[in-house]
Amino acid sequence: MSAPSPEVWVYVEHLKGSVAPHTYELLGRGRELAQSLGGRLVAVLLGRQAADLARTLGAADLVRLVDHEQLEAFTPDGHARTMAALAEQHRPHLVLCGATSAGIDLASLLAALLQVPMVANVRAVGVEDGRILATSQLCGGKLLCDVEVPSGSVLAVLAGAYPAEAGMSTGEPPVETAAAPDLLARVRAQVVRLIEPAAGDVDITRVPVLVAVGRGIQRKENLPLAEELAALLGGAVCASRPVIDQGWLPLSRQVGKSGMTVKPRLYLALGISGAPEHLEGMRQSELIVAVNTDPAAPIFTVAHYGVVADIFEILPALVAQLAKAKRAA
Amino acid sequence: MKIAVLLTMVPDPVEELEIDPSGTALDTQWLRYVLSESDDHALEQALLLKERHGAQVTALALDYGDVDQTLFTALAKGADEAVKIAPAPEGSVTRHEAAAIFAAILRRRPADLVLTGVQAINDLDGHLAGLLAGLLDLPYVGVTRSVEPAPDGTVLVQKEYPGGVAAEISVPLPAVIGVISAPQPPRYVPVARIREVMRTRSIGTEALPAIGAQPVPAIRRLYKPTAAGGATMLAGTPEEVARELVAVLVDRGVLR
Repeated sequence: MSAPSPEVWVYVEHLKGSVAPHTYELLGRGRELAQSLGGRLVAVLLGRQAADLARTLGAADLVRLVDHEQLEAFTPDGHARTMAALAEQHRPHLVLCGATSAGIDLASLLAALLQVPMVANVRAVGVEDGRILATSQLCGGKLLCDVEVPSGSVLAVLAGAYPAEAGMSTGEPPVETAAAPDLLARVRAQVVRLIEPAAGDVDITRVPVLVAVGRGIQRKENLPLAEELAALLGGAVCASRPVIDQGWLPLSRQVGKSGMTVKPRLYLALGISGAPEHLEGMRQSELIVAVNTDPAAPIFTVAHYGVVADIFEILPALVAQLAKAKRAA
Repeated sequence: MKIAVLLTMVPDPVEELEIDPSGTALDTQWLRYVLSESDDHALEQALLLKERHGAQVTALALDYGDVDQTLFTALAKGADEAVKIAPAPEGSVTRHEAAAIFAAILRRRPADLVLTGVQAINDLDGHLAGLLAGLLDLPYVGVTRSVEPAPDGTVLVQKEYPGGVAAEISVPLPAVIGVISAPQPPRYVPVARIREVMRTRSIGTEALPAIGAQPVPAIRRLYKPTAAGGATMLAGTPEEVARELVAVLVDRGVLR
């Protein structure tokens, strides 16, 4: 087996003809890591007729492309096994992928196939004395863990950990087309169809003010409190995953990794602790106000204004003050 | 259809978490463990499949924390069998190690469908479902929100992609599925029912298998993050805080 090359790989996530914004964050950081390790940055692009996407990956020294019908839509089987076949051939120093709904599937399966270490929920990755160090975020952000990873490891990096700008480049990188591995003929899981999000009553990606509720809302019967506040602010109510999973609001109102990415003028987070998958969908809001009983809640790390309090004490007072302000206007 | 549901106990997220003197692990002396949230959804998904289409559901868990209570709860909810892998492994178990242990058990007692949560709050070196599928060389799809059997003997799963998009994926059996949420919230079971099950049913045991060294990262330090200090914190009575917030909204032009 050949010695590991100093290649840093970024798995290119794409859907419906567009590269995921998160990929540019990885390319930006990957660029710096490759430089520190004295190697080159390789973007690994798997898809069908996806060569055009390579033009947007100019931050990479090389785009390694595999074009195959089995890779058209992401499946862990197809993409992880192809990545594993490429990795066995090229021995990358480090593989970066997103801690996204595709990335977490890919990273774990790939790590198992290659029998290499993996780090989940990576918030930072760097090089110190030639060693790769990663910081993983645990327990919804209550703990951090610094780990040292050997060559060949797979890291699943949280969205928003690095700015995307550094990974965006208009330069056209060289593209190396790799042959599809034989195993693709035997890929077992098959995408039948894509399901677009159901048209909701409200498109939360277009509403200027969002009142977001999390576990702290406690019961469905408490939702009208948030709706009253949203109405006063001319906005809509949205939610984090636990509220949607309870069936209290439709899927179209979910903000986060698997839900919608929103950028309203105001995002008022009520009883939301701020798990990474939620922050991924709202951290770019213009003004974030968070109310939570836990002073260590990660939501306060992205909020502009924070209140440590029970939302059921703040909500009525806020509704009263807003009504008063509107009457005075 | 034989369904194995893998249940993992994780630190209770509402408890205060303390680091042990080594600085590399949680202090487990007073640690309270609860069932991982997405595993609870995996169990619900299995029970829905059993109710709608018929299946034999076995809940499997490593001997951690109050796992007996969790396994009896699974029985009370409708699982046919609950099995504890014992004795408890020494020290904490990495995800690679847990995957190797479950893989060994599932080779002894194969299932048509293995369901488990796609992630846990203390995932450090990976996610169990994907690691397990790799070790068992089984088809795998994770981050799913529904699993339904198809007439051709496969299962149709809905996998979440970003932006509210999902994919319907056909997966031949046997397979491993990483569940993020079931089509309905995990069912509630009264304490009285769990107590009754504790009196009338028993938990099976599988011997903890020996596994080789697993490829995991070396932990240097576990610690609590320092507050980022980014947010301006407002304090006072609810009325005072509300007044300040309204002033901010007016100042920012959000409230007109």
